[in-house]
Amino acid sequence: MASQPAWMNSLFTYTGSSSFSEFLGVHAPNLLPARNESLAAPVGDEIPHATTIVAATCAGGVVMAGDRRATSGNIISQRDIEKVFRTDDYSCMGIAGTASTGLELARLYRVELEHYEKTEGRSLSTEGKAHRLATMIRGNLPMAMQGLVVVPLFAAYDPSHDTGRIFSYDVGGGPYEQREFHSIGSGSIFARGSLKKLYRENSSPQDTVLACLHALYDAADDDSATGGPDVMRKIWPVVSVITADGFRRLPDDEVAEFVESMLERRMTAPEGPTAPLR
Amino acid sequence: MSIPFGGYASPEQIMRDRAEYARKGIARGRSVVVMQYADGILFVAPNPSKALHKISEIYDRIGFAAVGRYNEFESLRLAGIRYADINGYTFNRNDVTGRGLANLYAQHLGMIFTESIKSFEVEIVVAEVGEAAEDDQIYRITFDGSVFDEQGMAVIGGQAEAVGGRLKERYSEGLPLPQALDAALAALTEPGGERPPVTQIEVAVLDRGREHRKFLRLTGSRLEKLLEAAQESQGGARQPAAEEAQAEREQAEQAPDTAPPIAPEGDIDTGSGE
Repeated sequence: MASQPAWMNSLFTYTGSSSFSEFLGVHAPNLLPARNESLAAPVGDEIPHATTIVAATCAGGVVMAGDRRATSGNIISQRDIEKVFRTDDYSCMGIAGTASTGLELARLYRVELEHYEKTEGRSLSTEGKAHRLATMIRGNLPMAMQGLVVVPLFAAYDPSHDTGRIFSYDVGGGPYEQREFHSIGSGSIFARGSLKKLYRENSSPQDTVLACLHALYDAADDDSATGGPDVMRKIWPVVSVITADGFRRLPDDEVAEFVESMLERRMTAPEGPTAPLR
Repeated sequence: MSIPFGGYASPEQIMRDRAEYARKGIARGRSVVVMQYADGILFVAPNPSKALHKISEIYDRIGFAAVGRYNEFESLRLAGIRYADINGYTFNRNDVTGRGLANLYAQHLGMIFTESIKSFEVEIVVAEVGEAAEDDQIYRITFDGSVFDEQGMAVIGGQAEAVGGRLKERYSEGLPLPQALDAALAALTEPGGERPPVTQIEVAVLDRGREHRKFLRLTGSRLEKLLEAAQESQGGARQPAAEEAQAEREQAEQAPDTAPPIAPEGDIDTGSGE
């Protein structure tokens, strides 16, 4: 059967590691997001970019939120793109940079974690998950050099420590573990500045969600590539909370309530809540 | 059964010998039960090992159960996971089907049966949970690559016929989970025998009510509670079955290997033909 893909012959005989992407790399490299072809010219601004993601730890877990805008240069290419993905029961990732590569990467990473879990009968450790993502980002380095940069933010609930943890990356890989909070993407500078003032250690998941939404709002306020909450179209940021109970993406109406309370506050104080000086 | 080197053996004879060899190996283990219940599909396997599973998740909606030689069905399991993951990644997650997987296994087992000196000593079940009970699928695949589309329940390995007979008596459509587990354990227990303790059984479900991945292994206190509920549901309903049990016991005594070892732990046939 010459027409069947080459990997069909390897299904029963492969004796490599429990990594799905390694299996693909050996037997079906064309399916990997990272390619080695070089582009004639850097594509840079011409393809959609995903922008700001914030994450912050809370009591017994971690919160991640992302705005919904994708831009190609000065054009808004999508208003309701989703950039925060569940990767398994206790982890999620957000992507900033080239949207297409990021989506593909998130899809592959989810299979990667599941594949390990199913073949080995146990989940990867939180560090293991973070390291695995670093290797996959590093694999994308040649493409990043051509302008297809994608950088993820990884957040997980660590059952062995009973805390939320956040890992960031650069185009060469990582991971860099972050304490308390972190943000990535074009609006990250503003979001981080905002979170610096609004973050409270060990606050409830609800309060942390509100702080993250304020941070995204501040990012959208000052960064043209980050979208604020779209009240007319009812497009709200994607918010996910991971605790010992597992991953949970807040449903739209729940996020709407948070957003409305935030907007109400901003009606009277457009710059948002202020941190006490003394 | 041994054929002198260079002698002639008819293809029928060779196939018969291989089939008999495989059947013996499979009957040596304990049975595994796969059955529908109200919210999905239940897998029950007597298995003293916590690490060497006979039941496994393959994909979002697909589970796997096997009996026979551990190394052989483990290689099938891993291949199934690779097949499902690569297809789900290439196309979409709901493009991975139990039927496709059953066909893959059937092809592979059929090829091994006809081309290798020794066929696989395994029997497997691929089960897929659907949106509704009518969409559930249970495929049983034997060592020679035959596929059987089972309705409601399947029993593989060990004294499969006897267990299947006992299960049929207790099975009905849409049993709640505790009752279904009770039926499965009753079927797996020889008449008059003791039920295996909680540490000696492996239980998993494909629960259509779960999000994302339907497969769930039931262990620890969760399983204990379920077993207690199963005991209660059993109640006094089975007293009149005593005579029946007696008859069954006599039948069972006539059958060989009444206390077979568990497949992954027990003696493994060395193929020396003793």
